[in-house]
Amino acid sequence: MGERTIIPFGPQHPVLPEPLHLDLILEDEKVVGAVPSIGFVHRGLEKLVEKRDFNEMIYVIERICGICSFIHSQGYAQTIEGLMGVEIPARVKYLRTIWGELSRIHSHLLWLGLMADAYGFESLFMHCWRVREKILDIFEETTGGRVIFSVCKVGGLWKDIDNETLKRIVTVLKDVEKETKKMADVFTRDYTVQKRTRGVGVITYQEAIDLGAVGPTLRGSGVVQDMRTLGYAAYGDLVFEPIVEKDGDCYARTIVRVREISQSFDLIYQAINKIPDGEIDVKVKGNPNGEFLTRLEQPRGQVVYYAKGNGTKYLDRFRVRTPTFANIPPLLKMLPGADLADVPVLALSIDPCISCTER
Amino acid sequence: MSYMPKSPWLVHYDASSCNGCDIEVLACLTPLYDVERFGILNIGNPKHADIFVVTGSVNEQNKSVIKNIYDQMPNPKVVVAVGACASSGGVFRECYNVQGGVDNVIPVDVYVPGCAARPEAIIDGVVQALGVLEGKYKNMVKVAK
Ligand code: SF4
Repeated sequence: MGERTIIPFGPQHPVLPEPLHLDLILEDEKVVGAVPSIGFVHRGLEKLVEKRDFNEMIYVIERICGICSFIHSQGYAQTIEGLMGVEIPARVKYLRTIWGELSRIHSHLLWLGLMADAYGFESLFMHCWRVREKILDIFEETTGGRVIFSVCKVGGLWKDIDNETLKRIVTVLKDVEKETKKMADVFTRDYTVQKRTRGVGVITYQEAIDLGAVGPTLRGSGVVQDMRTLGYAAYGDLVFEPIVEKDGDCYARTIVRVREISQSFDLIYQAINKIPDGEIDVKVKGNPNGEFLTRLEQPRGQVVYYAKGNGTKYLDRFRVRTPTFANIPPLLKMLPGADLADVPVLALSIDPCISCTER
Repeated sequence: MSYMPKSPWLVHYDASSCNGCDIEVLACLTPLYDVERFGILNIGNPKHADIFVVTGSVNEQNKSVIKNIYDQMPNPKVVVAVGACASSGGVFRECYNVQGGVDNVIPVDVYVPGCAARPEAIIDGVVQALGVLEGKYKNMVKVAK
């Protein structure tokens, strides 16, 4: 047995913009164990439900994470609407789906960029982020914000997208799709990229289930699970199949995300074709009373929201179970046996979002 | 002053932000805004940095990390607090684990408003920081003489 060394990874680390902290136990260059520590980003925002009423709370919830902020607000709205038995108009469902899928594209492009950066492919990182800006432009045009939109509310939406704009969005997206295809080729075919990702950090089918992985980390190991098949928002009316890859390595997880981007384009086109006219909100009367639980699919995987109301305008309890939290056990499984130089690639392959994890 | 405003290097730390401001800081470096063409580099090593860009608010756990990074930076140095969280605690200021803005731990020179702060605002903040940096440098030279 060689000498053991402990190397701290993070909280301030050049690869990750976020403070993920791991103590890596090394024998020479090989990782033999990893101990995560969290709490750098913990804010305790779930407890704010006692100080903000259930209508205001949505603006706090969407700041759980700036990357999937729209899907967080959608999930919160959906939970409270379910709790209060509010039936939202069909147009709202479609618009939420469109913004949700745009968020997925932007999140996956962002991740592809960071992943490229993790194995030192700087120019690919720049290209991913350049293309992503076009999606952010759509957000800015339709909601006014680039990353935080504040467009969702309990009972509907604050803003509509008129049909003219929707048509224009399709043309913009067609362009973006073309550019994404070009980059996708690099991720799937490039020799050096494959060298860094193929066979690295393998999680088998059984391990993925046992460790409770979610999202692309789970689907990369061949498990078919996608919360969108539950049919929330407008997903029930749209045609799609969960995207699954077999190998369970970093390459498979990359491919799942690359293919999900094209799937999202397709879902947006379908939604824009089918979107009905109508109201964008309904009046919400009374206060929430009772319990409710919803599950949604975020770019990083399944997210669970739970709310408990007590008949006043302040909720008793609100709980979010975020995808990265579920994906940390698989990450700890991947690390032992890996080279130190592969740690950034492995850490990124689960698409960590620490601010979601710690809230 | 000579070289510094021409190529300031910055180190970024995410205290307890929601990521919104962080991805906007990163967006400044990517092709649409591309501050690298002005010689501004984002680096991981605090010992190479002139400007400390902090996003997010302060809590018990990350206090020492912020302090540590700040102490490792060579003088003269400036601190830019990006976003409402870093400036005052933002939407989270009433949370039990949030102690408020970054100025509770280290002196802040420039506050960038916004939630999330826009890349334009962040770049403007960094440019203002350059002025502060130059002032500090001149002062140091004066004292040295
Ligand atoms: S200021 Fe707003 S966008 Fe920025 S980190 Fe805080 S909550 Fe997130």
